[in-house]
Amino acid sequence: MFGLDKKDTTLLIIVALLVFLAPFLLNPFPADSAMAQFNAGYPDLMQRFVIFGIFAIGFNILFGLTGYLSFGHAAFLGVGSYAAVWMFKLLTMNVIPAIVLAVIVGGLFAALIGYITLRRSGIYFSILTLAFAQMMFAIAYSDLIGRFVGTSITNGETGLQLTLNDPRILGESATPDGSIPLTNLFGWDMRSTYQMDVGAWLFQFNFGYYFCAVVMLIAFFLSIRIFRSPFGLMLRAVKSNQQRMNYTGLNIRPYTLTAFIISGMYAGLAGGLMASMDPLAGAERMQWTASGEVVLMTILGGAGTLIGPVLGAGFIKYFENIFSKINEATLHQWFSFLPDGLETFVVWVAEHFVGSGWHLTLGILFMLVVIFLPGGLVEGGQKIGGLFSRRKQADEKSKATKTEPAE
Amino acid sequence: MGILDVKNVSKRFGGLKALSDVNLSIKENSVHAIIGPNGAGKSTLLNCLVGKLIPDTGSVMFDGQSVLGRSPYEINQMGISRVFQTPEIFGDLTVMENMMIPVFARRDGAFRMHAVAMVNTETDVIEQAEQVLEDMNMADKRHMTAASLSRGDKRRLEIGMCLSQQPRLLLLDEPTAGMARADTNNTIDLLKQIKDERDITIAIIEHDMHVVFSLAERITVLAQGTPLVEDEPQKIRGHPKVREAYLGESG
Ligand SMILES: Nc1ncnc2c1ncn2[C@@H]1O[C@H](COP(=O)(O)OP(=O)(O)OP(=O)(O)O)[C@@H](O)[C@H]1O
Ligand SMILES: [Mg+2]
Repeated sequence: MFGLDKKDTTLLIIVALLVFLAPFLLNPFPADSAMAQFNAGYPDLMQRFVIFGIFAIGFNILFGLTGYLSFGHAAFLGVGSYAAVWMFKLLTMNVIPAIVLAVIVGGLFAALIGYITLRRSGIYFSILTLAFAQMMFAIAYSDLIGRFVGTSITNGETGLQLTLNDPRILGESATPDGSIPLTNLFGWDMRSTYQMDVGAWLFQFNFGYYFCAVVMLIAFFLSIRIFRSPFGLMLRAVKSNQQRMNYTGLNIRPYTLTAFIISGMYAGLAGGLMASMDPLAGAERMQWTASGEVVLMTILGGAGTLIGPVLGAGFIKYFENIFSKINEATLHQWFSFLPDGLETFVVWVAEHFVGSGWHLTLGILFMLVVIFLPGGLVEGGQKIGGLFSRRKQADEKSKATKTEPAE
Repeated sequence: MGILDVKNVSKRFGGLKALSDVNLSIKENSVHAIIGPNGAGKSTLLNCLVGKLIPDTGSVMFDGQSVLGRSPYEINQMGISRVFQTPEIFGDLTVMENMMIPVFARRDGAFRMHAVAMVNTETDVIEQAEQVLEDMNMADKRHMTAASLSRGDKRRLEIGMCLSQQPRLLLLDEPTAGMARADTNNTIDLLKQIKDERDITIAIIEHDMHVVFSLAERITVLAQGTPLVEDEPQKIRGHPKVREAYLGESG
């Protein structure tokens, strides 16, 4: 389908099914049950899954294929967000122009920064990208350019927001009832959510989520095509042996630069979608921690694999949500079956791993994955799959040996 | 005038004169061996031909065009392919993919944003790569990861990759170093076959005299950065100057 072979088509269909059924799959527990806190089928969380999935898919095209580890990709996501919010302020609340501009701006910044940083490789490249991203963060945070030109561009630490005075040439500055208009796709409101009650269960179908999901599937499909194209083969060759590439008549720089720009456009797209779901943009999205997060997602899921980055993004965003919500009271409730003294102790220990201490848990999870599954979650899945097929083979073998004497 | 003309090439590394006033002309469609003791400057000379090093003085002309100041990939696109002392292949990729990359490079040039097509529908490239794999006797290994090949097979693959570009000049730096006798003989046979079947010029650096005398039509002896003699193999054997270079002045 669409030029993909059978295996890739199957993968795409499975991902599409999972994404479209996510409101059901992520809400397995009744809304009032104690387990409801493990549900993840809320619009804003599901939006984050697919948006960060896009970010990681794009990052994987650079890091997974060429091996160039950028520590500054959040900068492109950030400029994408700013670009999109400006579009909402100046032109229209329709998300299409905003997203298109976000992709273009992400790509332009990536072209500029990639052109400079790709002169180096390895750790020097990583440091250079980090330095550039921190510079951009500082510029956005202090609204340096805005102060220079006289009108605010990023609105500094407050972040860029919509106001009732924005021109919105193709739309309206304010709705008739005096509020800021909502982001929409040709009139379909991103926030509109259909709630479905099935017995004790509550499922939410949010238009914004489905919009992001479709965009993610397109982004995923394009990344499969890039992986399987001659261009993708060349990117893998860059990672494998640059010396041989040079002496095979191939110019490495344009290949790495193109990969860098593509991943920058994916980041810009993610930023634009983020602003489309919630029309504000702040400098914190460009922080080095945000750049580090996409690196973690990609490695955790499996760098260089097709589905890995999506899994990594989902994994991190899910556990971030769950773990940071848990507080002392929840812990006491869980461990109430223990004797009092022990309960206090266990809760005291566990406390450090939840809430704002969630990064500690993430660090441990990351360490475990990198040590035991260097290929990421995908490798874990393959190992489990391998276990099953080996058992099957063993079964068949034992059957075969059993039937032999009978012949 | 040969296909490759090296004139007055010198190269210093700090105080060390690795090459001094080297003149060398390689005739088209011949096999030319460059021999000499360790540290004579053979690899340095080769590096000056492929753009890895830039000589301090002199000129290097390939087919009437200067190669100096060009990057390795440009020189390769001119028609010079190089096999390294330790095989340089794409270890993470399969044998087949390894073989397709040079074919793509030949067809599409130094860069092409070729992302709309799929590798497995590029039938012309696949056919050419398969053909070379068969010529190399490696077709059965096409799905193996290149890094998992034996040393001899890696060398074969690398030679195959260079040949699939149909270069006019093939440079080999000690292609049999560290190889077992059987692999060495295989490599000799392979190179003989290549030389018989194609219009190709081969320059080979080699310590193994068995290899040199089985293949070379002309031999240049390099010592301390200067060519001592250049002649036919029979005349090089037992040449007093060559003995002197290899055994030292006292010998
Ligand atoms: N990049 C470099 N920097 C400094 N000195 C170098 C460099 N490359 C080579 N040399 C020196 O130049 C001289 C010639 O080296 P070269 O590698 O060309 O010798 P060779 O003839 O290939 O020897 P071998 O048979 O051992 O491969 C040696 O003394 C070597 O130490
Ligand atoms: Mg050498």
